[in-house]
Formats: sequence, C-alpha cells, structure tokens
Amino acid sequence: MSCTRLQYENSCDIGVFAKLTNGYCLVGQCGSKHFKRVFENTLQNHIPVVEASIAGTRIVGRLCVGNSKGLLLPNTTTDQELLHIRNSLPDKVVVQRVEERLSALGNCIAVNDYVALIHPDLDRETEEIIADVLDVEVFRQTVSGQVLVGTYCALSNQGALVHPNTSIADQEELSSLLQVPVIAGTVNRGNECISAGCVVNDWAAFVGSDTTATEVTVIESIFSLNRDSKPSNIVNQIRNSVIDNL
Amino acid sequence: MNTYIPQDRPNYILCCICGVTIQSNPSNMCINCIKTQVDITEGIPKQLVIQWCRGCNRYLQPPNHWVLCELESSELLVLCIKRIKGLNKVKLVDASWVWTEPHSRRLKVKLTIQKEVFTSSILQQVFIVEFVVQGQQCDKCQKFEAKDTWNAVVQLRQKVDHKRTFLYIEQIILKHNAHTNTLNIKEKPDGLDFFFANRAHALKFVDFISAITPVRTKKSEQLISADEQSNTANYKHTFSVEIVPLSKDDIVCLPPKVCNALGNIGPIVVVTKVSNLIHFIDPNTLQTAEIAALTFWNCPFRPLSSYKQLVEFTCLDVTLLGETKGKHALSDVQLMRSADFGVNDNLYNVRSHLGNILSAGDLALGYDLSTTIFNDSDLAGLKSKNSLPDFVLVKKTYPGKDDFRFKRHWKLGNLPIEGIENPKKQDIERMERDKEDFNREIEGDHEMRSRINIYKEPNAKEIYESRLKKKQEIGIEDDEDEIKLEELLDQMDINNNTEFYDDEDYDDDDEEDDEDDKMDME
Repeated sequence: MSCTRLQYENSCDIGVFAKLTNGYCLVGQCGSKHFKRVFENTLQNHIPVVEASIAGTRIVGRLCVGNSKGLLLPNTTTDQELLHIRNSLPDKVVVQRVEERLSALGNCIAVNDYVALIHPDLDRETEEIIADVLDVEVFRQTVSGQVLVGTYCALSNQGALVHPNTSIADQEELSSLLQVPVIAGTVNRGNECISAGCVVNDWAAFVGSDTTATEVTVIESIFSLNRDSKPSNIVNQIRNSVIDNL
Repeated sequence: MNTYIPQDRPNYILCCICGVTIQSNPSNMCINCIKTQVDITEGIPKQLVIQWCRGCNRYLQPPNHWVLCELESSELLVLCIKRIKGLNKVKLVDASWVWTEPHSRRLKVKLTIQKEVFTSSILQQVFIVEFVVQGQQCDKCQKFEAKDTWNAVVQLRQKVDHKRTFLYIEQIILKHNAHTNTLNIKEKPDGLDFFFANRAHALKFVDFISAITPVRTKKSEQLISADEQSNTANYKHTFSVEIVPLSKDDIVCLPPKVCNALGNIGPIVVVTKVSNLIHFIDPNTLQTAEIAALTFWNCPFRPLSSYKQLVEFTCLDVTLLGETKGKHALSDVQLMRSADFGVNDNLYNVRSHLGNILSAGDLALGYDLSTTIFNDSDLAGLKSKNSLPDFVLVKKTYPGKDDFRFKRHWKLGNLPIEGIENPKKQDIERMERDKEDFNREIEGDHEMRSRINIYKEPNAKEIYESRLKKKQEIGIEDDEDEIKLEELLDQMDINNNTEFYDDEDYDDDDEEDDEDDKMDME
C-alpha cells in the first residue's frame, strides 16, 4: 500500500518494462525473476502479475495501454503474444489489437478508469476503440506542450503527476479534464519522463531506484498512497473546489 | 465581454533532492543541490608547478620558450592559464590574480568558469589554482654560468703593428649588432677571438666580416665526441679569419704580377680605401685600381710604410699639371720637412695626386722613403732601385691639429671585450695611442663617420662650444672636419635594462658594462 523503489536490470526506467492497472499488471520478460517478484509481493493477493512480451520486445510498458476494463496492444503484437496475454488476464478485461500508425501506445495515451488523454495525432478510429474498449472519456491533449502525453504524465484514479514544466494554467486545465488533482513533479532524481520512472494504480506505486525521498513524498501524496498522513483531505478539498468551478 | 489575458505564472516544483520549492529547470534541482551534485572544476588541477629562471627572471613557456614577465602581470596570467589543463572543456569567464607574498614562491590565480551541466543549464564556479614557482636555470643562463660552452670560435687576425682596423671593425660590429650571438669576445695578440654557441652563428659572423673587409678564411674542426650508434658527432669549429695587412694611407710596392694585371699601375701606390676591396692610387699617374681579397691572397704583399712612419711636410709651391681624376689632380709639389725649418734649407720636388687639396703653405703628411730601409722582397715589383721616389704625400693635415687633446664632445661605443691577462705597460700605452689615433682619424674623415655610430657626451653642447672658442683663440676659424652636434646620436643609459632584453641578445647585454647598454635614438 505504498511506494516501492526498484530497478529493471540496472535500469531505473521501470515504467518502460511494466504496465500497472487496477485489474492486472504486465511485466516484461526478464532474466532474473527479481523484478517480477517485487510486483508479486505487493500485488499478488489482489491482481494477476503477468510476464509478457510484445512484438518480441520487453518494453511492454511503452507499447500497450490499458485500465481495469481493457487492454490495447499495438499492431506489431504477434498472435501468440496476444493469445498468451488474453489467457493470462481476467475474463472481464477486453484485450484488443489496434491498427495504429503510432504503435507505442503507452507513450501516446495516458489513461485511468474514467478518462484518457491521447496524442493529438492519433487516428479517429483508434480514438473510438479507446473509448469503447477502455470505456473512458477521450481527450486529445498535450502536457506542457509535449504531444507524448503517455510519457509525461502518470495517471491513476486518485491523481496525476505531470511534466515539471507544466504551467499552473495547464495543470488546472488537466485537473478539470481528469477530475483528479494534478501536480508537476519529477522522478528518478529530477528526470522528467514521468511514466518511465513510475507505475501507479489506485493503491500501489513503483518507482525507479534513483527516485529521491522528496519525489516519493510527492508521488505518495498525489496518488493518495499514504493513509497515515491523509493527504486525501486536501485532495478532497481540491476536488470539491474543482467541481464547484465546473 | 471578457478578454483572455495570458499570464505567465511560474510553475513551481519541489527540488528533487532537498524538497525546496523551486521553479522548474532542466535539472529539476535547486542551485545548492546542483552545486553539491556536480563539480564543474573536476579534471582541472588545483595546484601546478611553473618554472622560473632566477638569473634572468623569466618563466618557462613549454616546451622551451622563456618569457620575461612581472609578478601579477597579464602576460604571466596568460602563461599560467595556458599551463592549466582541462580548461578547454569549460568556458573561462574571468581570471585574476590573488595577491601572494613574493617570497612565498606561490602564484594564485582566481578563475571563474562556466560549464553546461545538464541540458541547457549552465553552472558558474569560482576557484583558485595555485602555482608553485620552481627554480630552473634557462638555457641561456646555463650557458652563461658554465662559461665554456662555445662550439665555434672565429679568430680574427691582422698582422700589423697597430689596432686601427680592429677599432674600426668594433664600431661597425656595434652599429650592425653583429655581436648579438657571441658568447664571449677575447683579445689576443694581433686580433680578437669571437666565441659562439653554434656553427651557424659563427658562419654568419664570418660572412659579416668578409663583407666589410677583405679577409682570408680557413675552417677547421676538432672532434669532441662521437656516437657511432646514432651516427652523430660533436665538433668544435674554428674559423681563422685573416684580414689583409693593409689599411688606408699605407704605401705599397705592388708585386709585378699584380702590376701587370692592373694595367702596369705603380708599382709604388697609395692605399686610398679598404672596404671589401682594396683601393689604390698611383700618385705619379693618377691611375686607380682595386683588388679583391682573393687576388691579394694569391699574391700577398706587405705595406712599405704605414701610418706610423708618416712625416709632416710643408708645401712651398704647388704646380698643377692639368690632369685630373675625380677629386685628385696631378701636380708637382715643392716641399720641405716641417722638422727642417730653421735647421737646413733642403727643398724637394715631389709629384703628387693631391694637387686639388694642397696649396702653398699647407701642411701635408707623407712618407720619407729616401731614408727608410726596405727588405728586397718588398720591392720586388720595382724595375730599378732608382725608380723609388724619395717622398710620397698621402694626405693633408692642419697646423695645431695635435693640440686638440682637450676633451671631446663625442664618444664611441665599446664591445664587451675580455682583455689579455696581465697586459704589459707598453701594450696599454700603445693601445691608448692607437685609440687616440683612431679618434683623430674619425675627426678627419667624413665618410668613415657616416658608417659608424657616434654618441654625444652627456654635456656635449657645452664641450662643443668651449672647443669652438678655444679654436678661435688659436686662430682656426672654420674647420670642415669638426664633428657637428647634429651628427651625434643621443645616448640612452638604461640602468634597469632587464626589461629590454629580448630572447636573442640577453647574454651579451649581461656581459656589457652599464654604459654600454645603449639604444640608438636617431
């Protein structure tokens, strides 16, 4: 129920090799099972942790996108991989391949169980598939001028961490779209590629091992992971005020 | 209607290390954290050694250049900064001196550098580099201290009984600074030795000498050491340079070979000039000729009489014969020895080339050949004993010329010549006499003066005026040959002359006395 620091084979960009949602967790194939075991230790009692590859690569976190209701895979995914993932995941999770030119879906799309922010250049068909399969409201959006919303934004149902250069106005706009509190921050000791450095769902977060205590504090507070300090009071206040504004 | 006014509100994040609220920047760290995280002076040494020569106060600029600079000067700063490695990776913004006690042998340079630490974030840092000044003798000082490091010597010799030629050559050398590369100059009987560090310098000097005077050069070398492995050898080179034993106003009996080659001139001729050629005139026919050094050494001859044997005559009558050549005019001169006045009434008739210059009553200098005894070998060119004239006039002189012993308003430069050890008293006297003769020759020769540098005495103007006054008292109104003040150069004495050393002539200057360090102010 808190934030865990870990590494994937000496790399701190764990978000590249893992995809975490409220319903399941995908990890890239790895030589030592340590990476997967860290996820299992925290998640095993709640959701399945599945070791998978997409298009023969380990970078599952960047290639696929999903929430507790569905999972979208890029067109480069082989049938066998698709079958393996579909068999491993719970039946209620819809797994689908999308024919999208921008095949690194994880970089182009940021999604929680209710809202998706997508790259402005994604196909209209893809947009529709996202709305149908993931059952979310879709917004074409940028984060601090960056089109790769998936890269520069980590999103859960509790909150969102965005690129450090995001202006207050942008943060407010995102907050109103997502209906969750938004904060600008960094991971992995000042790294701005947020979703490469951390994976979060509603009750757990994993960050790269370079992440400092300050960054962990920010992540825990915005994603409401630390029950003791109860930042949710503040979050609730913010949410109320946001709703009032709307 | 509301208008949208875009506002540039800064967006704050927490510093990823210390958690302080900061504006987001490329490193996403606060300034203090960046400073603790990165040291941009990494790879730049903080303590270095710089070599300094105690003898000449110069600093070594690698690989082997020595630069003279003051403490805390910008030149020294440049030199120090060049020594610091790793500055090419950063941007140097500022450099300055931090004062240090001169005796501490430490130089401290304060540097301000900038470097891009993360993408587009530039950090600036100030730090001090300390230089330890280490003593190291420079090559020149080493040579100077060791004294005997010469590799080539030029032995300049003239086998005559006076030093006039050497006094003249000394002045020419000074004027052209031909002695800049000499390590030492030593006086020897009959000449001077010039020592050089390498053969090229000596060769250059020999060339210089042979351009101003007719010489014969002989080269020889002595093997000092040889390395057969690398096929190198170390030699000491000796250049023996002999100057023809003739000088201006000598008379010569040309050998028959030379006579014939020069169109049956002479054979008794007067030397009018010695440049790189030897110029003669036949006082009987006004025929002139010149021979080169090579011709001379093929068939060498000696002067019959040289200027020490000059005798003063008084011209009683001058009859021009009509024939002229240049400034010379052939004439018959009736004369008597000045010494004979009041003793006897011996009159002589002489044919002379000085018809234009002499007139009745003038004094002239010449040689009395009638009473001189010659070696037969010197008179080989003479067809018969009778064809030897009794007298040969050489130049005009003025009454009371010798009385002007009083102070001169000019002086000459001196080469730093190491004299003979324990000189005899008579040698010193002879040298003094030669110098005095040379000074008189300068006073009497316009052309010679134009080829050398003559300097003013400190109070030249007063001395000059008193000279003129004294002359008028004696009765000489207008002396053309008097050295005018305008001809003289101002002399500059530099007591603290180290600043004017350049790399090349440092050694020589050091050997000179203070009064010799002068710069020409023309």
